[in-house]
Amino acid sequence: MADPVTDLTQLSLTELRRALQQGETSSVAATEATLARIAAVDNELRSYLTVSDEMALEQAAAADRRRAEGEDGLLLGIPVAIKDIICTRGVATTAGSQILADFIPPYDAFVVERLKEAGAVILGKTNTDEFAMGSSTENSSFVTTRNPWELERVPGGSSGGSAAAVAAGLAYGALGTDTGGSVRQPASFCGLVGLRPTYGRVSRWGVIAFASSLDQVGSFGRTVADCTTLFQLVAGHDERDSTSLNVPVPDYLGALTGDIRGLRVGVPEEYFIEGIEPDVATAVQAALDKLAELGAILQPISLPHTRYALPAYYLIAPAEASANLARYDGVRYGPRLEGDDLLDSYKKTRSLFGPEVKRRIMLGTYALSAGYYDAYYGRALKVRHLITQDFQHAFQEVDVIATPTSPTTAFKVGERAEDPLSMYLADIFTLPLNLSAGCGLSVPCGLDRQGLPIGLQLIGDSLQEATILNTAYAYEQATKDDQGRRMNHRAVVQ
Amino acid sequence: MLLTHDEVNAIAHLARLALTAEEVEQYRQQLSAILEYADRLNELDLTAVPASVSATNLRNVLRPDRAEVIFDQADLLFNAPQMDGDQFLIQTTLEDG
Repeated sequence: MADPVTDLTQLSLTELRRALQQGETSSVAATEATLARIAAVDNELRSYLTVSDEMALEQAAAADRRRAEGEDGLLLGIPVAIKDIICTRGVATTAGSQILADFIPPYDAFVVERLKEAGAVILGKTNTDEFAMGSSTENSSFVTTRNPWELERVPGGSSGGSAAAVAAGLAYGALGTDTGGSVRQPASFCGLVGLRPTYGRVSRWGVIAFASSLDQVGSFGRTVADCTTLFQLVAGHDERDSTSLNVPVPDYLGALTGDIRGLRVGVPEEYFIEGIEPDVATAVQAALDKLAELGAILQPISLPHTRYALPAYYLIAPAEASANLARYDGVRYGPRLEGDDLLDSYKKTRSLFGPEVKRRIMLGTYALSAGYYDAYYGRALKVRHLITQDFQHAFQEVDVIATPTSPTTAFKVGERAEDPLSMYLADIFTLPLNLSAGCGLSVPCGLDRQGLPIGLQLIGDSLQEATILNTAYAYEQATKDDQGRRMNHRAVVQ
Repeated sequence: MLLTHDEVNAIAHLARLALTAEEVEQYRQQLSAILEYADRLNELDLTAVPASVSATNLRNVLRPDRAEVIFDQADLLFNAPQMDGDQFLIQTTLEDG
């Protein structure tokens, strides 16, 4: 007979929810099983920076009491993980940086408030590239997270800790942030569903800022329904985030019908370029064929300014980061390295930033500096306009745009660490969306010849999350026999 | 285009970063490579294109001006590297006259 503890962690979020509703198990049991699995495998995987086990068990017991009193809810009693760039009151929040190594937030982020109100169990905080700047989690100043599919490989990033944890059964779902692909790309590398909602759909209150015009909170799940459940709970208006959209939240779960007959799916020629791994191209093509088989209408489209998205992004995001990260001066929080005078102290303290963060602060400072502003930052903003227009034009003809999520599957730890540009290229298919106004997700679409997961990216127009989630759901339901719904659990850490 | 050491040092000063000599040389090369890549944007004629600072069409709105306690002072001071009573303590910035 199978080990019952392992069995509980193998359930999807949706399956656990049903088991809790039917009284087949308890939140305490699921939480204990997950904590035991974290203790057993996370030494190798390094997906968590902080495991808040005592608090988690208290929350689980409280959730069981609420359920005993007749309550039910989307995430009541479900153990989840939170990227360590999202503030949790009383629990260390580091953004993967030495400069916040001892930071204990005095408040909860909006999304954490929502989780707590709903009775979710917060297992802990997951590893991230420092200030979410990276595509592999190798830029974390604490640990490098490993890919549960193959430990010598990266889980992607920057939300690599969240992705690895969910893929390995160390959480039933997780929150991440996506500024240039930091939810979709690790979802692709770890065989998960990862959603980046429309900018403004989820409040960024309490999310440590990287690039304020691009940052958005996203969710990871082992299935489309899991990912949607978490998103459903955190979507909504919050007046404390001035960019939060005050528009009704649809019933996203109810929209998962699996019916995509007549859906117009655009396939942009610019995303099927040289440099894309053949196995990725083949798997994505097969996924497109499957969508057509399900009744979708495929249609070639053009997003002509795609090749300018990466350079524009790497001027805009660092420019915003250089301004946002000016606050780390050793005065109100974080360590202070005392120098000869205040200026010297600032410089010494800020030398605690890691190499990639310094690189982006320098790049952004340069792009914004007198004499270069128009040539770099100003041009990038104009290109952003063109890229947004590309998507607007496309969405007049199609409902969904389908592309690979990343040109490759998970690369090896260290393989790209020395060459920033090659690392940036891992996000070449995800970051154009962040510059525009739409939403996007990655859904698993098979394995390469090494057995590593491949992701299909589905992009929707502004606030059309229900459309892309349902497209992913239709695809997932139609292919679950082929690839195994829980293919992620084939992973190593058994 | 290749940045000079002086330019890198000037940027580091603006960004309030203390860099070692090795870092200056490393960033000189890496930033030059990234900026060279960014020169791709010069292929486009952007004279008639408006700048887009954000993807949303949000406008500023006013909310009611109400007094409320959002944070407890002790909570906010908890993370201070140095404090004095109920204040953040920093180094002297002005010498006695």
